[in-house]
Amino acid sequence: MLIKKSSDIKWSEVTPQRTYLDRRKFLAGMAVAGTTAVAGLGVRRLISPSVVRADGGSGLAPIQGIQKSPFSTTEKITPFKDVSNYNNYYEFSTDKYEPAALAKNFRTSPWKVTIDGHVKKKQVLDVDEIIKMASPEERIYRHRCVEGWSIVVPWIGFPLSELIKRAEPLDKAKFVEFTTILDMRQMPGQRTNVLDWPYVEGLRMDEAMHPLALLCFGMYGAALPNQDGAPLRMVVPWKYGFKSAKAIVRIRFVDKQPENTWNRSAPNEYGFYSNVNPHVDHPRWSQANERRLGDFFKRPTLMFNGYDQVASLYNGMDLKKNF
Amino acid sequence: MIIFILCLAPLMRLGWKAYQQDLGANPIEVITHATGDWTLRFLLITLAVTPLRKILKQPWLIRFRRMFGLFAFFYVCLHFLTYIWLDKFFNVHEMLADVVKRKFITVGFTGFVLLIPLAITSTAGWIRRLGGKRWQTLHRLIYVSAIAGVIHYLWLVKADRTKPLEYGFILFVLLAYRVVVWLGARFGQKGALRGELLKPAKTLE
Repeated sequence: MLIKKSSDIKWSEVTPQRTYLDRRKFLAGMAVAGTTAVAGLGVRRLISPSVVRADGGSGLAPIQGIQKSPFSTTEKITPFKDVSNYNNYYEFSTDKYEPAALAKNFRTSPWKVTIDGHVKKKQVLDVDEIIKMASPEERIYRHRCVEGWSIVVPWIGFPLSELIKRAEPLDKAKFVEFTTILDMRQMPGQRTNVLDWPYVEGLRMDEAMHPLALLCFGMYGAALPNQDGAPLRMVVPWKYGFKSAKAIVRIRFVDKQPENTWNRSAPNEYGFYSNVNPHVDHPRWSQANERRLGDFFKRPTLMFNGYDQVASLYNGMDLKKNF
Repeated sequence: MIIFILCLAPLMRLGWKAYQQDLGANPIEVITHATGDWTLRFLLITLAVTPLRKILKQPWLIRFRRMFGLFAFFYVCLHFLTYIWLDKFFNVHEMLADVVKRKFITVGFTGFVLLIPLAITSTAGWIRRLGGKRWQTLHRLIYVSAIAGVIHYLWLVKADRTKPLEYGFILFVLLAYRVVVWLGARFGQKGALRGELLKPAKTLE
């Protein structure tokens, strides 16, 4: 039995009856609103996402003479709309829905790419010259983001090895380093210090030479949208998405392992290799499953994102240590 | 009533957008983030009631405090439901592993659990049963819960800490106000300040 003293409760603390009664309304309202939200969700979007090729309507220049590739998956392609409106592109914004609008007027021409470091043929090339180096292939790849979502994208490009061979690397070249453009005026994200700019990524030479490593300049039958890394990007499908540098202005051949941006930002969370690996969790979240955009249920993540042919590159390496 | 509907607006907006297929490429992520954001916002709104009513001398504001608090609880329930249903598909094993292994989930879950007794004892009956002082002490858990909520957000972002720090700053101001008032009441000019604080509000119904 509780005996209250008058000092226990101030009048100002007592709830007026009106508020008290509001509580009933509150509960009823909650039920209604909750049902609406869930119903709205269930009815559409998640159950049957529209699919197939969405080259039309993007307004981007179509690419001619695209070859098919045996490396392509037959999985359902993620709609163009999603791939071009959901972008991790911190140079523009940390909000994935913003780069599409912010990159709209990004200038991708003229665009020079410097190829230097330990190579015989150091040179500065126009991106159009690079694109003509080899015949364009369509590679329909799974793309797995370190955040736990994935997409299937019909990229267009050719193996990076084509460019590497032409550059004639010296024996000293053990790694390839990619640098993204630094342009604060055009890239609002670079005015913040969210990451160290410019963005740097890298691959070991044998990774870079692997036929799956794609130098990419298009998707869905046409040129790359700006927010997807135009005019030139990497696609390394067995690694988490951030390993695939966008808007590349420099390809440098180096003897030491490049310091990639995310690794510098949080070394315990993002390794140099960053191979897709369901058995090595991100320190803050599990990597065992992923949500394919458009799917309701999550699916298990595959080792090397399902690209087992790269496994031999890592023979004898402890992938828990070299995450 | 108008305020009540306003408080429901974020959810209705979410429901409408879901129906219009306008939740973007990753609707579940959008829902998770929106419900989390609104939980934090309502926690901060709830905590702003007391400072506002005292500074602006608008005692009637207190009438809305419980409603705001319950809305914070409502949105955190949705947030939690999104997590256990749409993210983990009721996989208890995975969830337990998450709560133990992932710091940001541990702290977020703690903040959520701490709000449960507050929601339960939000009725006048419970205030009576507990007694005002005890009730008030119990309900100070909201401070812990709000701090946990901000830390939860801070620990989950990849690199851009702007938004969680904004929430953190507002929370800091709201809590600092209370510390200042408490210090004032304790060490300040006892007569004046205490008289001010304890003066019963006149406009109660």
